[in-house]
Amino acid sequence: MTTTADESRALDEIKIGGLGSSRKRVEDDRFIRGKGNYVDDVVLPGMLHMEILRSPLAHARIKSIDASKAWALPGVRLVLTGEMMATRNLAWMPTLSYDTQAVLATDKVRFQGQEVACVIADDPYIAKDACELIEVDYEPLPPIMNPWQGLAEDAPVIRDDKVNQADNVVYNWEVGDKAGTDRAFEQADVISKMELHYPRSHPSPIECCGSVADFNRATQKLTVYLTSQAPHIVRAAVAMVAELPEHMIRIVSPDIGGGFGNKVPIYPGYVCSILASILLECPVKWIEDKTGNLISTGFARDVYLKGEMALRKDGKILGVRMHTDADHGAFFSDAQPSKFKIGLMHSAFAAYDVPAAHLTARGVYTNKAPGGVAYRCSFRVTEAMFFQERMVQAAADDLGMDQAAFRRMNFVRDDDFPHRTPFGFLTDSGQYAKCLEVGLKAIDYENFRKEQAEARKRGRLLGLGISTMTEPLGAGNSREYDILGIKMFDSAELKVHMTGKAILRTGAKTQGQGHETTWAQIVAHELGIPADDVVVEEGDTDTAPFGMGTYASRSTPVAGAAVAMVSRKIRAKARKLAAHLLEVSEEDIEWELGRFYVRSAPGRGVTIQECAMAAYSNMPDGMEPGLENTAYYDPPNLTWPFAVYIVTVEVDPETGVWDVLRMVAVDDCGVRINPMIVEGQIMGGLTEAYAMASMQFITFDADGNCVGSNYMDYLLPSAWETPGYELHSEVVTPCPHHPIGAKGIGECAAVGGPAAFVNAVMDAISETGVRNIDMPVLPDRVWEALTYRRDVSGAPPIRQD
Amino acid sequence: MFPARFRYEAPHSLDEAISLLRDGGDYVKVLAGGQSLVPMMKLRFATPDMLVDINDVPGLAYHRTDPDGTLRIGALCRHADLEFSSLLPGTQPTMAAAAPLVADPLVRNRGTLVGSLCHADPQGDWASVMLALGGSVIAQGPAGRRAIPLAEFVTGPFENTLGHDEIAVEAVVPKALGTRAGGYLKLERRVGDFATVGTAVAIETSGGTVVRAGIALTGVGGSTIAATDAAAALAGKPLSADSIAEAAELAASAAQPKTDHRGTAEYKRHLVRVFVSRILGGSLSSTTGSSTTGSSATGAAAERAA
Ligand SMILES: Cc1cc2nc3c(=O)[nH]c(=O)nc-3n(C[C@H](O)[C@H](O)[C@H](O)COP(=O)(O)OP(=O)(O)OC[C@H]3O[C@@H](n4cnc5c(N)ncnc54)[C@H](O)[C@@H]3O)c2cc1C
Repeated sequence: MTTTADESRALDEIKIGGLGSSRKRVEDDRFIRGKGNYVDDVVLPGMLHMEILRSPLAHARIKSIDASKAWALPGVRLVLTGEMMATRNLAWMPTLSYDTQAVLATDKVRFQGQEVACVIADDPYIAKDACELIEVDYEPLPPIMNPWQGLAEDAPVIRDDKVNQADNVVYNWEVGDKAGTDRAFEQADVISKMELHYPRSHPSPIECCGSVADFNRATQKLTVYLTSQAPHIVRAAVAMVAELPEHMIRIVSPDIGGGFGNKVPIYPGYVCSILASILLECPVKWIEDKTGNLISTGFARDVYLKGEMALRKDGKILGVRMHTDADHGAFFSDAQPSKFKIGLMHSAFAAYDVPAAHLTARGVYTNKAPGGVAYRCSFRVTEAMFFQERMVQAAADDLGMDQAAFRRMNFVRDDDFPHRTPFGFLTDSGQYAKCLEVGLKAIDYENFRKEQAEARKRGRLLGLGISTMTEPLGAGNSREYDILGIKMFDSAELKVHMTGKAILRTGAKTQGQGHETTWAQIVAHELGIPADDVVVEEGDTDTAPFGMGTYASRSTPVAGAAVAMVSRKIRAKARKLAAHLLEVSEEDIEWELGRFYVRSAPGRGVTIQECAMAAYSNMPDGMEPGLENTAYYDPPNLTWPFAVYIVTVEVDPETGVWDVLRMVAVDDCGVRINPMIVEGQIMGGLTEAYAMASMQFITFDADGNCVGSNYMDYLLPSAWETPGYELHSEVVTPCPHHPIGAKGIGECAAVGGPAAFVNAVMDAISETGVRNIDMPVLPDRVWEALTYRRDVSGAPPIRQD
Repeated sequence: MFPARFRYEAPHSLDEAISLLRDGGDYVKVLAGGQSLVPMMKLRFATPDMLVDINDVPGLAYHRTDPDGTLRIGALCRHADLEFSSLLPGTQPTMAAAAPLVADPLVRNRGTLVGSLCHADPQGDWASVMLALGGSVIAQGPAGRRAIPLAEFVTGPFENTLGHDEIAVEAVVPKALGTRAGGYLKLERRVGDFATVGTAVAIETSGGTVVRAGIALTGVGGSTIAATDAAAALAGKPLSADSIAEAAELAASAAQPKTDHRGTAEYKRHLVRVFVSRILGGSLSSTTGSSTTGSSATGAAAERAA
């Protein structure tokens, strides 16, 4: 017998800040008071300051380095060069993609901004002055700014440091069913083609990278405060690279001012500050400046697509062929955990029912910064979804079909799950057509099409763009995902104190996502302990359980699942305590939020707090005291949120300037823990999508100079340009294998958004017959397309007089 | 970002500031709003030995109109003072249009019009506006004051004709010969961006005839460009569709744009043509005779759609 509604004494979940509560972010209290504690706020006694000398050239042989004047400057304590690093076997380090990367250049510089030397001095001004006194004699070499230059017959070999590297190709890789795809193309009525470039972008967190390394000779312990999204991975890497014992390394990620993937890799600055602290036996602080961050740290994207779709006359997709050329920069140091060379590029077309698909991918070295990162996405999913939705739009146009109808017809149906995608992923759930209908209704699709036709008669160019995305999140199950061989599980440790208050620690690391708020909500949901009674701590490897960090929207799918699982372990023990307190057997105990009660007498019960007290003061004989536990969660599969984004724009035919009229976003991310935070994540992602579509990119001139090395040229949209968003949350398909049905949301909008904007502009100028304008869709590119009726490439090097 | 070592002085009078400039050595810079100088110093593109901060000098933060209509803008009048000024709307349409388009609101709170003229950035907005209006700069040095017409003040990119011991104390816009009209249009990639192209147009009409015209261009040459032929095509006759088309064409050919990451030379030249005709087209259709056309071209389409 269960209790009836009248009898229930369950707590009101929203009131205690459980699932579904738009609880205010607890971390904001300190942030808006200016009381955050970032790496640059760490000040230790006797601390020295490090500055990096960077290469002004993109490709050059180093003939000599003379640091004598820098050494002579008063206040300078140490000058590190590649040669000195080499004596300690630290001039090069392994990358997360099984390549090597220079820490400080020895033989050549391979991109503008590469680390050449470091000065450690009493204050940062002296360190900077001393950097200017270091004389480096460079012999310039031809710079390679895109894959085509790199693949040219006479191209200089960038990685002449590697034996067996005769050219600039990093890898050739393929996935899918080639024969089946070839057959599909033979049977096609229409073949739709699309070529484009997803430009190089940069996550550009407002806080740049930095570290404070503190080696204590007396205790032999190395403590490093560092801007990392994944502190445990850094500890493992430092143990392996610097060959220090892992128990003597403590990595602390304090408050992080944004990461977006940029703070996953290990950077030369970290390594140099650690070595300097060991050599000088005092704390060494390195804080990167904005230009250093933009020109040398983990970029994103920079992939060229050749895509083809085999189509039947009635609109059915028969097959998809994709070839990608990725520009990896000077070192293949993509920060990605999958076994696939091109990341999750083959998540493309997961939402469409495509019988056969084949993807070939090639990676190329160039004289650009290394460190491809998953900028607000699972690795390369942003490119995959962009390519997919640009190809889909072109395909529908080539067939003369309505954009919405073409998508609707080809979606995977709600009852087709679990669904094997053409490239082999297994998706588990979704209501794709329903999301599309919600979006179309919100934008008033039919009416807009009429308005658009009317406006066109008067010379006004209106456009509508649809984009859909499904993103494989979680990275991932241990079969296919690892970093340095470590499987991609995550962890949570929950300690419930005797007064019923609790501390929760996880192996993830919040950088703005609001873990301190939402993790407590999961505990509240599972245990009925009010969220305000749970403090969340992350980022200190001496206290946090081992976890793989936060990126790829993996926190909620993996660490969040671990939080639910550890809470359930606690509840299982609390149940035993409840049985003991209520003097009945455990089988007779029922749970409702916050309380155990006797099944036959619902009025007789104990609260979770009473159980907690008993765990320390009145446990049954034979039971271990305490109410603390740890859970490690290895996800059975990825989670697959889905979204539809629809944008309408108006293009000024005379100037090429375009403005967003409306943007509708329909996100199905499963169960929403904190709806307010989810909406914030979506709006942030849409803004980054708008940024990439309209203005934000890193490009290069023919000499190898980075254009976009500061915020005057690397354009982040401000509140003035950013359009308003209309968000829809009515479609909820819980993840079938996640303990609380959540799918992850941090990145969806940044992944799926860009194509909606670009498709809208392309739709507005469809009468020109132009197939593609590369992002960012800058006004001059639109004008060129309108004027010359030709595709506009944005590939580097930039055009220049 | 850490600038090189420099000496910092904050005098309390103009005389004191001028002596510091005179005696301070080879590389002394006046610091006004700091919105151009400080970024250059932090990147170590500028490494002055000494800064003479004039922000403590009293009596420079004004802008006012003389009884005859002459507008005077003191060296510490901020962009934001002009943006929110009650003196500009109606009488100074080109300035009123430009003021909200300079940089972003934060920069406008600190930066000064006079500092912008002194900085002589070819992408600076105020130099075009002042050039179109026939403005001048009042310089003060050990030998006293002198007026320098803007056309002679800015001599090249980041170059002006101030003596090393002179301070620009005021910018002056002469009184109008008739009713002012015109505007400023700017294409920027986003708010706070320098102009891809900026176009300042200022005309004065009396009895239906254009009695004075000025057109100047931002961002399409090595320095601010006065499109004198284009302006001449407007003067001495009523504004008409033909004269507008001719002026737009001449302004476009006066531009000397370069292809770069902001766009091709061809595109920039085209924008000059579009902007001149849009501003003057607005003046032509306006019944009051004094109209303001100012908007960053970003947002133009949305405005029309609204
Ligand atoms: C993010 C950002 C965006 C910007 N965008 C724009 C834009 O879109 N359009 C635009 O026009 N400007 C823009 N600017 C520049 C801004 O308008 C500056 O305020 C202006 O260029 C300089 O004025 P200032 O008072 O700040 O001068 P300062 O930076 O103090 O000085 C600039 C130069 O002028 C000299 N100087 C200044 N005042 C005097 C004086 N009275 N006498 C003699 N010499 C003097 C200084 O010695 C220095 O060489 C931008 C600046 C920033 C930081």
